[in-house]
Amino acid sequence: MSILVYIEHAEGKVKKTSLEAVSFANALAAQTGEGEVVAVALGTVDQAELASVGKAGAAKVLHGADARLDAGVIQAHASAVAQAFQKVGAKTLVLAKSSLGDAVAARLAIKLQAGLVSNVVELPNTSGGYTVKRSIYTGKAFAETAVTTENKILAIKKNAIDLRTDGADASVENFDVQLSDADFAGKITATERATGEILLPEADIVVSGGRGMKGPENWGMIEDLAKVLGAATGCSKPVSDIGWRPHHEHVGQTGVKVAPSLYVAVGISGAIQHLAGVNSSKCIVVINKDPEAPFFKAADYGIVGDAFEVVPKLTEALKAEL
Amino acid sequence: MKILVCITHVPDTTSKIQFAANNTKLDTTGVQFIIGPYDDYALARAVELRDQTGGKLTVLNVGEAETEPTLRKALAIGADDAIRVNAFPKDSFFVAIQIAHYAKEGQYDLILMGRESIDFNGGMVHGMVGELLGMPSFSPVMKLDLEGSTVKMAREIEGGKEMIEAQLPLIAGCQEPIAEWKIPNMRGIMSARTKPLNVVEPVSQETQAEATSYQLPPAKGAVKLIDKDQVGELVKLLKNEAKVL
Ligand SMILES: Cc1cc2nc3c(=O)[nH]c(=O)nc-3n(C[C@H](O)[C@H](O)[C@H](O)COP(=O)(O)OP(=O)(O)OC[C@H]3O[C@@H](n4cnc5c(N)ncnc54)[C@H](O)[C@@H]3O)c2cc1C
Repeated sequence: MSILVYIEHAEGKVKKTSLEAVSFANALAAQTGEGEVVAVALGTVDQAELASVGKAGAAKVLHGADARLDAGVIQAHASAVAQAFQKVGAKTLVLAKSSLGDAVAARLAIKLQAGLVSNVVELPNTSGGYTVKRSIYTGKAFAETAVTTENKILAIKKNAIDLRTDGADASVENFDVQLSDADFAGKITATERATGEILLPEADIVVSGGRGMKGPENWGMIEDLAKVLGAATGCSKPVSDIGWRPHHEHVGQTGVKVAPSLYVAVGISGAIQHLAGVNSSKCIVVINKDPEAPFFKAADYGIVGDAFEVVPKLTEALKAEL
Repeated sequence: MKILVCITHVPDTTSKIQFAANNTKLDTTGVQFIIGPYDDYALARAVELRDQTGGKLTVLNVGEAETEPTLRKALAIGADDAIRVNAFPKDSFFVAIQIAHYAKEGQYDLILMGRESIDFNGGMVHGMVGELLGMPSFSPVMKLDLEGSTVKMAREIEGGKEMIEAQLPLIAGCQEPIAEWKIPNMRGIMSARTKPLNVVEPVSQETQAEATSYQLPPAKGAVKLIDKDQVGELVKLLKNEAKVL
């Protein structure tokens, strides 16, 4: 028996969120005695990169190298993971909550007749029954969830679990996936991906700007600050609605939900819908000229002041210190 | 063209979340319920597609009687008729079974819903319904156009998007900017009163992962304010106190 982990990768790198899922599975295996952790990766990935998944606690990686799996075709990925699940005789599948992860996990819940819990924030409680704590109401609350099926799927919320890094390299095994044309319903005709940037959903530090930035021409300031911090940039919804910033940078209830160690909000009022996307951040810094801005109530540190004055100074101070 | 839009009935995004009955259910005192914001995008696009192609647009909600105003609002926005599956939505699996059952009966060409609900944020129902019906499912979909039976979509991926072409029938979990939310007008509100709202019974009681109790996160401490002329102080605090640098 093993615990299976579905690994996502982009541009040749295994995603940090997937390594968190492996770390979670590793701790879960130790708790429940479910044997070793086996990861499954689909599409073209570097073998050494796959072996390094062992550092987070996987003993073995099954690699379904079929290049048709390079694109995240939901059904094909679900079919392939179901095959890996049967192959290793797993009872539990662990994966990172993400756009692709959610969609794949949902189909697997039916294929494997497995209870699926998303947004998991802690190891399950297995003393009498099986309950899992998950984040709900966009971070405003938690629910203990009782899973009643023999097979189980747990989708882990990002940054909820400490990453394990001290394991040994995993062995990488070829995994022959059987796929039909029906698994590839829907043809991907083009992909647009921002390259070279730190991706917002996974960033450890995020610097966001709101309508208080007055216009897209002022974003250089946000980018400079992000650069010294090694941060991704984000924005509030009106900013992407007006087109000052691309849609995929929009943070909040209806946008990207982030959970970085540090979130810096500049010229954002802190409307509840924005907070819903950032309330899982470990530390929040707010820069706003209005001392009554609601964001200060959610912040750990705040500066009341004009962003145009404060941000360049902060960037300089960080440059001197870091 | 027959379109089904599945909508959730969720607390307004500004609601303060609290629990009652020994933390076993949501305290609905003072909470205003709305159509799930992502579902609202799905509905808005569905109204446009129905107007473009003709045919019929049905909305469905799995919920008890108190969700009817939410369904009436969807009718006022432009749906032709509504189905309420008369049951408390216990978990995503239970909801997906109901949707799949009635969707099969209705033989829809296109099934749209939000990418996730804003109460349990699972993002699972579209995929489960797809698997139950043996239909392709796509999510999160931010653009969806029809050219005959070909559907041209854009799906959000981390840091970008993917263009996809697929054939009807299919299921999509939607998000912005697929369409602009529609606000019901007076004519819509009047006509919604006479549009059919059919109440049907659930087909099974099976669940797989049900919430048993709820908790609130620990209260947040007060913000530490730093003078705008002392930004160096902030850097020190982030480094030594918060330890995030
Ligand atoms: C259903 C729904 C879903 C939503 N989802 C989201 C979401 O996902 N994400 C999101 O962000 N919003 C969302 N919103 C919108 C949200 O309610 C707010 O309108 C939005 O967050 C406000 O953005 P803002 O703070 O940038 O702009 P504003 O509210 O205009 O605030 C600008 C702030 O900048 C400050 N400011 C101005 N000039 C300066 C300066 N020179 N220096 C420093 N500070 C300055 C002001 O004091 C003010 O606090 C949603 C709304 C609804 C109804």
